[in-house]
Amino acid sequence: MNLTLKIWRQPHTRAKGKFITYRLDDISPNCSFLEMLDILNEQLIGNDEEPVAFDHDCREGICGMCSLYINGRPHGPDDAITTCQLHMRKFRDGATIVIEPWRAKPFPVIKDLIVDRTAFDRIIQEGGYISVHTGGAPDANSILISKEHADLSMDAAACIGCGACVAACKNASAMLFVSAKVSQFALLPQGKVEANDRVKKMVAMMDELGFGNCTNTYACEAECPKLISRSNIARMNREFICAKVS
Amino acid sequence: MTVSFLQFSSITKKIWMALLGLFLMVFLVVHLGINLCLLRADDGQWFHEAAHFMGTNYVVKIFEVVLFAGFIFHIILGIILQLKNWLSRPVRYRISNRSVTPFLSKYMIYTGGIILIFLIIHFMNFYFIKLGWVKSPVPLLEGGEPDFYQGARWLFEQPFYSILYIVLMAVLAFHLNHAFGAAFQTLGLEHNSYTPWIKGFSTAYSILIPLGFSIIPLYFLIFS
Repeated sequence: MNLTLKIWRQPHTRAKGKFITYRLDDISPNCSFLEMLDILNEQLIGNDEEPVAFDHDCREGICGMCSLYINGRPHGPDDAITTCQLHMRKFRDGATIVIEPWRAKPFPVIKDLIVDRTAFDRIIQEGGYISVHTGGAPDANSILISKEHADLSMDAAACIGCGACVAACKNASAMLFVSAKVSQFALLPQGKVEANDRVKKMVAMMDELGFGNCTNTYACEAECPKLISRSNIARMNREFICAKVS
Repeated sequence: MTVSFLQFSSITKKIWMALLGLFLMVFLVVHLGINLCLLRADDGQWFHEAAHFMGTNYVVKIFEVVLFAGFIFHIILGIILQLKNWLSRPVRYRISNRSVTPFLSKYMIYTGGIILIFLIIHFMNFYFIKLGWVKSPVPLLEGGEPDFYQGARWLFEQPFYSILYIVLMAVLAFHLNHAFGAAFQTLGLEHNSYTPWIKGFSTAYSILIPLGFSIIPLYFLIFS
């Protein structure tokens, strides 16, 4: 495959960035998107140019590190995948691919395509945990949990915190991420003890960091690599109302 | 007071937005009911009686204040939320919004803005005449009250105004279509069993109410 890449280049956070166009030839359609960028970087290094900085880690769709806004979609033109799971066969030969970093005020660009997602960590620090004494593992059946709630909690806990929801949302809202983290605990007895404080503090931090408001467009759900459901947002709204009136 | 209003959390603002929106949707049904009286071939007798009741009943007068407050807060909250949304992405994407989402959901602030312009025109044509701020284009009734039946006829018999009114009702339909379901989602009222019913009702409401309003100018255009 022969490709034209338009990639956002920005030396550091305060620098002014711009798109640079690269030509890349003879790319295998079976190549992953990140491998394609690796090939580009090898060429750039060979030409004594600065390689493109981009986030990646596990390269098997688990860690949530790889980001990239590709041709108008987070993680590119496929559903329920991370960028490392995207393959070049999803593009046509001769395609022009525009690659941008996640764009959101709370996700400043560190360099090129890498953004700082510390904002998510700060939201988690506000209550995305349960306070328990460590020690021996309790008996598995000492607290009864319905299968339905256990499944819903696990579904919410599948969120890998990649930030695709924020990137996809026209308002850069983090509601899907925060609601998944609130839901995974709110559905379980162990999480109910701190439920009211958790939702209020996490929402307050989300607002303070400058994320936008949810306008129920559900782009977040459409682009989530882990298929986190919008029903988590409704659940968080319920949790928030209950916390405010209790 | 203003500061504390602005300091509401994002979800609190949205909950108020949703509650006010649902309240305004109930009002639209009442408004349509009164407007449909225009279609009765009694030279406006029913319409005058309905308008007189709405203009003199004390309960209705209290609701009128609540209604205005509802409109104003719904609009202000919408603007505040939207400004925050724009500020949340100071650097825009070169190619954006290719995600598959409900089409109308992306344009609520714009459809809302168009409805606001319509509201101002609508107020100038009716409510401001009642307040005496704008001169009535048709003769007053015997008691000195504005003749809204003849006023409405006069407006709807003008093709430009009628077509504009119908186009604006289409915009209202787009706004309502997303608004109703979104309000329930914001209030946390989401469930596999009844959410499809809410969506169905939302579609039906968003078509029937603006269609009901649009029938009136069409009637006057065709039969005038």
